[in-house]
Amino acid sequence: MDWTAIRLTFAVSVCTTAILFVIGLPLASWLARPGRGWRVIVEAIVALPLVLPPTVLGFYFLCATGPHSLLGNGYEKLFKSRLPFTFQGIVLASVLYNLPFAVRPFTAALAAVDHKLVEASWCLGTSRLATFRRVTLPLAWKGILAGLVLTFAHAVGEFGVVLMVGGNIPGVTRTLSVAIYDDVQALDYTSAGRSSLFLVAFAFAILSLLHVLQRRAPR
Amino acid sequence: MKRAQTSRPKVTVAAPAENEAARAAFSRLIVIVCLAAALPGCGDAPRSLEGRQTARRLRIAAASDLKFALADVVVAFEKQHPDVQLKMTYGSSGTFFSQLSYEAPFDLFLSADMTYPQKLIEQGHAVAGSDFEYAIGHIVIWAAKDWPIDVEQGFEILRDDAVLKIAVANPQTAPYGRAAIAALKSVGIYDAVESKLVYGESIAQTVQMAESGAADVGIVALSLALSPALQDKGRYYQIPDDAHPPIVQGGVVLRWAEDAALAGEFRDFLLSADAAAILKRFGFVPAGE
Repeated sequence: MDWTAIRLTFAVSVCTTAILFVIGLPLASWLARPGRGWRVIVEAIVALPLVLPPTVLGFYFLCATGPHSLLGNGYEKLFKSRLPFTFQGIVLASVLYNLPFAVRPFTAALAAVDHKLVEASWCLGTSRLATFRRVTLPLAWKGILAGLVLTFAHAVGEFGVVLMVGGNIPGVTRTLSVAIYDDVQALDYTSAGRSSLFLVAFAFAILSLLHVLQRRAPR
Repeated sequence: MKRAQTSRPKVTVAAPAENEAARAAFSRLIVIVCLAAALPGCGDAPRSLEGRQTARRLRIAAASDLKFALADVVVAFEKQHPDVQLKMTYGSSGTFFSQLSYEAPFDLFLSADMTYPQKLIEQGHAVAGSDFEYAIGHIVIWAAKDWPIDVEQGFEILRDDAVLKIAVANPQTAPYGRAAIAALKSVGIYDAVESKLVYGESIAQTVQMAESGAADVGIVALSLALSPALQDKGRYYQIPDDAHPPIVQGGVVLRWAEDAALAGEFRDFLLSADAAAILKRFGFVPAGE
């Protein structure tokens, strides 16, 4: 078993999930607010990775973060390192690519919370943040957890963007799915089969968990 | 009317109590996620994953026709230099070329042609004068042994109706693909077989297509046909050298190489008699012969 690749894959997925939890929740709570306007456009942008091929995202990412771009240049000056072909690079690409897998369940969960309860809490003098923590979150946590699980699982299986942005470097950007691609090309079907079976078992376990989470009686 | 529904406040009051367990679980989850994010420190991960060894390391981007031959060279080199760790990545030369234009973190690039290394020098990405020629490769028409296609007949078999798909490497990114197309054109059957061609991303993927039977035959590197993984599995016809421009393979040291001296040592080893014997075993003509 390719433990380096497995460790790396889980590191990428944990980082991706954590980052999406931190930035996805505020974004989702804004999107879940009643009223439309700008939200329609932002919602569409968030959903883009669902329909775009990974190559498009990978291509834009390389263009945007290469050493000759404004962003890439700024990042290099700031952190003395580059984004393409690094661990940070594939995490960032994975965050972008998994955005809808976190934000959409978050938004659905938060939108399902009865807004009257939130307003009631405000009227009773509770601050917005405290209301979010004490009223909204307890009512929406299951949807949020489902979003996190889905994000994590999807990040584990990410292939196209990681290959394009990461460049298949052992221990740095060669995640499990890329290692399988490599093994198949090397005609090492034993190793590819083992890693694939591991991913199938993992995906099955995580989807079962997701269903258990969603099934359990709501109250 | 809308605001004053008497049943609603009850829910508000009841909700925290009912969801006590849920809330506890959720805050625990938040703590776990934050810890998980903080522990590897995200940014530190690549270093820790690579191991904190003090050993010297060399990151080599190699054309995938070298996949098996170079594995033996690597073993021989590491035997001589126990403190050195070679990190190999295989792919098509053209893919590496474009990645290296973005300064991908490799120290040494072993291409399947001389054009890419020279272009990298021209663009300032590789050390001027560090380019070297290490071998000349060959291409073969390969088919699985249990396939009822007698590739040993040569090019004419490709016209046969039993051959539905011919795998070649993508000529845009793989020098071996360019050689295959050139050979088909020079013997005058390109137009007849063009509709049968399927393209592998690299020569390694091309050989996999033929090995798995997804394509009936493949035009692949001799070095792969002679590899332990394939030599008992198929038959091949070696395409004569005069059918295509010679596949002169060269390497180059990248400008941002961490350990240029080590890259130089590996280059010297690759050009030594020891490595030449290995390359020969895989059907290459070593440089200088």
